[in-house]
Amino acid sequence: MSDLTHLTISQACAKLRAREITATEITEAYLQAIERANPALNAYVVVTDDKARDMAKASDAKLAKGEGGPLEGIPLGIKDLFGTEGIHTQACSHVLDGFKPHYESTVTANLWADGAVMLGKLNMDEFAMGSSNESSYYGPVVNPWRRSRVDTMVMPTTHQGDGGFVSAGGTRTARTLDNAQLVPGGSSGGSASAVSALLCAGATATDTGGSIRQPAAFTGTVGIKPTYGRCSRWGIVAFASSLDQAGPIARDVRDAAILLKSMASVDPKDTTSVDRPVPDYEAAIGRPIKGMRVGIPREYRVDGMPDEIEALWQKGIAWLKDAGAEIVDISLPHTKYALPAYYIVAPAEASSNLARYDGVRYGLRVPGKDIVDMYEKTRAAGFGREVKRRIMIGTYVLSAGYYDAYYLQAQKVRNLIKRDFENAFAAGVDVILTPATPSAAFGIADEDMAADPVKMYLNDIFTVTVNMAGLPGIAVPAGLDAKGLPLGLQLIGRPFDEETLFQTAHVIEQAAGTFQPEKWW
Amino acid sequence: MSVDLQTVKRVARLARIAVSEEDAERMTGELNVILGFVEQLNEVDVSGVEPMTSVIPMEMKKRPDVVTDGSKAADIVANAPATEENFFLVPKVVE
Repeated sequence: MSDLTHLTISQACAKLRAREITATEITEAYLQAIERANPALNAYVVVTDDKARDMAKASDAKLAKGEGGPLEGIPLGIKDLFGTEGIHTQACSHVLDGFKPHYESTVTANLWADGAVMLGKLNMDEFAMGSSNESSYYGPVVNPWRRSRVDTMVMPTTHQGDGGFVSAGGTRTARTLDNAQLVPGGSSGGSASAVSALLCAGATATDTGGSIRQPAAFTGTVGIKPTYGRCSRWGIVAFASSLDQAGPIARDVRDAAILLKSMASVDPKDTTSVDRPVPDYEAAIGRPIKGMRVGIPREYRVDGMPDEIEALWQKGIAWLKDAGAEIVDISLPHTKYALPAYYIVAPAEASSNLARYDGVRYGLRVPGKDIVDMYEKTRAAGFGREVKRRIMIGTYVLSAGYYDAYYLQAQKVRNLIKRDFENAFAAGVDVILTPATPSAAFGIADEDMAADPVKMYLNDIFTVTVNMAGLPGIAVPAGLDAKGLPLGLQLIGRPFDEETLFQTAHVIEQAAGTFQPEKWW
Repeated sequence: MSVDLQTVKRVARLARIAVSEEDAERMTGELNVILGFVEQLNEVDVSGVEPMTSVIPMEMKKRPDVVTDGSKAADIVANAPATEENFFLVPKVVE
């Protein structure tokens, strides 16, 4: 039955509707796969098996009557940032210990209304702050991908009579998996790891500076951050409200399109939710890209970028050219300032959003000699190192005397970054192609990253510009590096033009193929 | 700009995070690395540029000023560490 986990969402939907398989069968297959793999990968922090079985049963009843939504019976994993009624929702932080909301986030409510089945809550960096999923209170997530070594072996020699032996001749190569554990990226590391290891058919994720696209690139999966305002933020634990967006991580471009269609909506409960109908994204897949103008921003060629990333980018350019697209060199001059501006804007908003964790209304409380002492002890014990660091930076840049120098300056630079993109699109560029990350997945407990927070932040160098400008961006796997690890390309589109991203990403996927890790767990 | 140990302690106080002497020393170094990194924003010419207020140009949505939700006191206090009769309990704040 475990081969049911190999079906993509679109394949599973067809088989469920044709009644070749049941929602209960596919749900059981995933629950079994999770039970086997989770001790090694730590992708799920909670498995909601009873709820999954109940939801699958309800889906089967609907499917038997020929009813059901577009995702009827499809088992999904949910990032722990999404509020799920009556179920563990802690943003993988100690400060939210025991929190079970009495409400459901709009995005997950949309998925359940369309018939999806919840398998559990997925691990993530604490409060979505991180690029390696190592800041989770529940421990790091392990990437199902491992480096591999190609060995050339001389075939064993054979003895022949006394004293003499003759070589059998010839060599043979073998790929050996390295044992080193790699990060799946972050902050949606649990989502990426679970999708890549076939522990859910697809997953929800969120992206504030690259938290969908970077882990997707590190695990050979597809991740899209839609335009700011496309998915409701209601019921999602807030990190940086002007940057946060929800989106899916999926096995292929079509599945990502199917999931986004269901997750996106116009929501009166989120004032930044944009009042535009949600298009049928899947319909964009397969449309020819002949004549499309693809921009290649020269500023994304950064110092110290590995040759393999540059080669991958060139491969992507060639694929789109072969499909009839016109390649145009463009300039986005303020690119290098996006990351520093982000590290003012995001911590500033985070310090304000995270002020609510005070030990009074929910989560952890550490007693103190008075109320301020209680606040300080609760927050000291409840927040991890990276979260404290960002709250401190945010508090500092917003404090009296520094607001203009830091926050106001960063918000002005942010407008310049957005203007760069507007100029490119106004000049007739339809979509922009860049690498998704400056490297492949790195090791858990990487010493360089641990010693220097800015090194970790540089992971988001190609993705963060998109959040700063509110644009949609998709990461699509495009190949493997010399060590056998997946690498991704990113496509950036005009506001609300997710259709062009799916259309173009599918062309890359057709050329590059899809990627599955070798199973070692 | 860079921060010293005293500033870090003051900011921690503002952020309501208790820090030990050792934490504060470590944070001083980390914060200065980050502040050093964001320093490069000063080279950008922003004359005549407005600070961003909304990433997608849109008008703030309004709705009629009527009660649409409520009467959920028990739900609201359900996750609190200490409550009594739908009130949040905190240490004494008034002498």
